[in-house]
Amino acid sequence: MSGKTSAHPQLLGYRRPAPGTQPEYLHPAYISSIKRAPTKPLVHLPQTISEITGPLFASEHASAKSCDMTRGSSHGEALGERVIVTGRLLDEDARALPNALIEIWQANAAGRYFHKWDQHDAPLDPNFSGVGRAVSDAQGRYCFVTIKPGAYPWKNHYNAWRPAHIHFSIFGPAFATRLVTQMYFPGDPLLESDPIFNSTADENARKRLVSTFDPQATVPETALGYSFDIVLRGREATPLET
Amino acid sequence: MPLTLTLTPTPSQTVGPFFSIGFDPLAVRDIASTHPSDERERITIAGRVVDGNGSPVPDAVLEIWQADANGIYAHPEDAHSDSAHTENHLDDAQTGSAQAGGAHANDPRQRATSQPARSPAFTGFLRVPTNDAGEFRFTTIRPGRVLAPNGALQAPHLAVSIFMRGLLKRLVTRIYFPGEESNTSDFVLSLVEEQRRNTLIARRTSANSGELEWNVILQGENETVFFEV
Repeated sequence: MSGKTSAHPQLLGYRRPAPGTQPEYLHPAYISSIKRAPTKPLVHLPQTISEITGPLFASEHASAKSCDMTRGSSHGEALGERVIVTGRLLDEDARALPNALIEIWQANAAGRYFHKWDQHDAPLDPNFSGVGRAVSDAQGRYCFVTIKPGAYPWKNHYNAWRPAHIHFSIFGPAFATRLVTQMYFPGDPLLESDPIFNSTADENARKRLVSTFDPQATVPETALGYSFDIVLRGREATPLET
Repeated sequence: MPLTLTLTPTPSQTVGPFFSIGFDPLAVRDIASTHPSDERERITIAGRVVDGNGSPVPDAVLEIWQADANGIYAHPEDAHSDSAHTENHLDDAQTGSAQAGGAHANDPRQRATSQPARSPAFTGFLRVPTNDAGEFRFTTIRPGRVLAPNGALQAPHLAVSIFMRGLLKRLVTRIYFPGEESNTSDFVLSLVEEQRRNTLIARRTSANSGELEWNVILQGENETVFFEV
C-alpha cells in the first residue's frame, strides 16, 4: 500500500459476483459457446479508474414519459399483445441507479426479428421494428410500451425454441457494471428446457431474469403490465486494492 | 460486520445474433474529431475477431472505453473530470484551471497546480461491430495515462468489452500501444504471464504510427488475454 499520493482518491470498486450467480462462458448445451468461450483462465483484474468510470449517456437520451398511455399507444398499428414493461434499476444494496441508459430489442409477436439474418418463416410486422431506448429516472424507474414477443425456433438442438424474451442492454455507472441480459415472461413452458436461461447455476439468480405479471402496471383496456427490476453490482465498502 | 440483505444481481445473457437492431443506433466508429485537435494523436485500430475454428466472427461487437489525451475520463468519479468539480470530491480537483497541454499535462500528480480541462465533447466511448468478414476498424485518439490504485501511472490503454452470440457474458480485455515504454511496468500488464502480454499490445502495420492492428483470438494458442473485472 505504498505510493499513494494526495492526487489519488480512495476509489471504491464494484463487488464481484458470488459463485454460480452468473453463467460460465462455456456452457456446452449452448452450442455456439463451444467455439467462442475462452479456453484459458481469465486474469483477475483489480479494478482501477478505468473500470469504475464508464460512458454515461443520459443527458443525450433522456426520454420523457415513454409510458404515458393517455396519448394512445406509441406502437399504433403493431400486431400482438400490447405490454408495459417497467421496473427499477438498482444495485445489490437496493440503491436506485438514476439516469442510466437502457436499450432493448426483441422479436415481434410472431417471433420474427427485423434483421436480415432472421429468415424464420414467420411474418414481419412493418409497424414494429422491435427497438427501444429509455433512461432510468431519479428513482431508478424505467418503462417501455411494447408488444409481447413470440417464441422463436433456433438451431441449437432438435426442435429448439427460445422462450419469449426481450433483450436488455444496460450501462450502469461504470465499465464494471455493464450488463446485457434477457427478460423472460412468467410461466413460460419453454424456460425449463432453454440452455441460455439455464446457463446460470443459482436458482435465485435465474429467477431475476423472469418478469412478474403486475396488475398495478396493467392499464385497463390498454395493456398488460410486467414488472422487471434489474440489479447491477454493488460498491465495495473498502477502497481499491493495490 | 453487520448482516445485511443484499439483492442478487441480474445474470448476464447472450446478445444473440440480432443485437444490431438494438445496438446500431449508438454505434460509433470514429471519435477522433470530437477531441480538441491541438492535443490529439489520431490512431486507427483495425483487426478481426476469430473463433476456435479460426473462422471470422461476423456477429461480434466491441465497445471501447478510454480517457482523453490528458488521461481524464468523462465521468464524475474521475476527480479531474469537469463533472467532478460539482461533486466536491477532492481539494485539488477544485483548482480546475485550464491550461494548454504541456510536458506534464499527462501526469495527474502534477495536476494540483497545472490542470488541463477535460475535453467536453469527447465521450471516450466507441461501439464497433464486425463486418461479414469478422473485421472491425475504429478511429480515436491516443489516451493519456491514468492512475493505478497504487498511485503509479498506468500505461496508455483502451478498456474493451466484447459481445457476440455464443458469449453468455461479455469478454473484457485491454488494448495497449506499441513502442510504449510504460508497458513494461504497467499495473495490469504485470499481472499477465509474459508470453501472453503481446496479445494485448497493438502492432504497427505501416510506417504511419497512427495505423495499428489488434485482433481478438477467442481460443487457441494465441488466445487473447481476457480479464475478470
